[in-house]
Amino acid sequence: MNKALKTLTNGILRENPTFALVLGMCPTLATTTSAINGMSMGLATTAVLICSNIVISLLKNLIPDKVRIPAFIVVIASFVTMVQLLVQAYLPAVYDALGLFIPLIVVNCIVLGRAEAFAAKNNVGLSALDGIGMGLGFTLALTILGAIRELLGTGKIFDFAVFPENYGMLVFVLAPGAFIALAYVMALVNKLKK
Amino acid sequence: MAKLKSTFLNMLLSLTLIALVAAAMLSGIYLLTQESIEQQKAEKQLAAISAVLPAYERIADPETVQGLTVHKAYTGDTFVGAAVETESNGFGGKIRLMVGFDNDSHITGYEVLEQTETPGLGTHIVAWFKNADKAGQNIIGRKATGAMSVSKDGGDVDAITAATISSRAFLEAVNKAYSAYTEGEVQAASGASQQAAPKVSGDSLSVTCACGKPIEECCKTKGTPCEGNCGDCKHDGEHQCKHNCKH
Amino acid sequence: MVYLLIFISAIFVNNVVLSQFLGICPFLGVSKKIDTALGMGAAVTFVMALATLLTYLLQMLLNRFGLGFLQTIVFILVIAALVQMIEIVLKKISPALYQALGVFLPLITTNCCILGVAIIVATPEMLANKLPGGADPSLWTGLWYAVCTAIGFALALVLFAGIREQLSMNKVPKAMEGTPIALLTAGLLAMAFMGFSGVVG
Repeated sequence: MNKALKTLTNGILRENPTFALVLGMCPTLATTTSAINGMSMGLATTAVLICSNIVISLLKNLIPDKVRIPAFIVVIASFVTMVQLLVQAYLPAVYDALGLFIPLIVVNCIVLGRAEAFAAKNNVGLSALDGIGMGLGFTLALTILGAIRELLGTGKIFDFAVFPENYGMLVFVLAPGAFIALAYVMALVNKLKK
Repeated sequence: MAKLKSTFLNMLLSLTLIALVAAAMLSGIYLLTQESIEQQKAEKQLAAISAVLPAYERIADPETVQGLTVHKAYTGDTFVGAAVETESNGFGGKIRLMVGFDNDSHITGYEVLEQTETPGLGTHIVAWFKNADKAGQNIIGRKATGAMSVSKDGGDVDAITAATISSRAFLEAVNKAYSAYTEGEVQAASGASQQAAPKVSGDSLSVTCACGKPIEECCKTKGTPCEGNCGDCKHDGEHQCKHNCKH
Repeated sequence: MVYLLIFISAIFVNNVVLSQFLGICPFLGVSKKIDTALGMGAAVTFVMALATLLTYLLQMLLNRFGLGFLQTIVFILVIAALVQMIEIVLKKISPALYQALGVFLPLITTNCCILGVAIIVATPEMLANKLPGGADPSLWTGLWYAVCTAIGFALALVLFAGIREQLSMNKVPKAMEGTPIALLTAGLLAMAFMGFSGVVG
């Protein structure tokens, strides 16, 4: 039980994919123009992560070592396509907002990284928990970053106005703001860790 | 169960099996979602059409005029207006719009279907030009001229603050839509089915300027000051008029 | 003319790393020295051109059989296989080139700018959005766009490496060391590139 809890929280705090492992930077920077976009991207990745972790853990003995990477990629790409089709069909607004970055989940190092480093070595239960933990850690990071950029850039959080209407440091919604905001959030996390 | 050895046969079997199962599952999900995706697209289009048009009873099958898709709306057999899907190149990429006109060239509404303008600046095209409180920037209810431009370029539409290029692109798309609309309208007016002829006011077919004079008189020579707004010239004369007067 | 516009637009105005956020991982990872940055840039350009050509043709094939939805899965496998093959062929044909680019090749499979650009080029609506005004999406404009994008990637990488070489000699606050200061630098570079926006109308 203790081990399960540790696996679950590992991804959220100690080995947070964004702040500690610095993986999956592309979607982190590209989709966090608002809190809701960041959260959508995080949840889409989480869905893929949990499914691929479970399936790879189940199949680990059926996949010979030498072809494990292509096999993992096929599994992950299938789930990514499924998520893509489902989002397109039932959440078109999210699909429009995330665009290209949904199919690009397939090259997100977190997904393949967890498959290789965790799911291929552990049982189904733990792998699922690891997927949930890592996914939530990623979602949390993206939501926080999205909220910060949305607040600084447009004066709103989750579309809810916090500052007066004519407020806005637009640069935080644009490309440079993504890099700068993430830099300071990371520095803050580094500082707090010590 | 022991881990499979990396023999050639094992590798082949295992990869083939995984690929087959994956393909089968994907096909299933694809068939399941396909209908919904198509439906979403159709609904989105219909929603945009009805949002930009005045009340109507039915939409005729879409026509392609000047490369743009025109959806004509009728009440009974009376032509009440048309929604035109139009596009232009904005600041960050293509801007796609649905623009609605009534049967007398008034803009009845627009919806932005797709845009990749700068967030917080160019993205304001979504609502900027239909702000009923600000007459300078509102284009809804205006009579389209086919030569609308921002005030910076001598027009009478206020551009979005700090996003002139997006505003220009937006108006260009609207002008293109108007051009397709007028051509479509002429076809509808001179079409074979007489009772389906829309009740377009007759003057929209004669070649006169907004100032009331025939086009030849209005824009006689290059550079001659034109009374009224020559951009208001309709149909065939419009190009000539613009050409003669403005340049 | 159109090709020149695509060139400028893809390299400066819509730089793949600094304004589209594709290929950030190698951008942060392989940018400590100018030499390695150049090697990575060259390897990406090479693979990008080949991968785009191949995936474009494959997409046509998929579309013919109504299997367009297999795009992601087919593309990533093709890119992975292609990178492996390039590695093997390069090793045999040109050991010198392999020496220079070899170490970067495995990293390229998971470089999302390869898959990203392949998907953009193979999807006409997406490509039309990325090309400057007046260019029609086709195999040739798409291929040229891919090559220019890769050059843009290489440029960003080399510029960034230059700055980081200088930066490494300076004292940085403890909490900012490593990734944060790199990101901050990238932010300033992105701001500089923003000055190009609007150049190609």
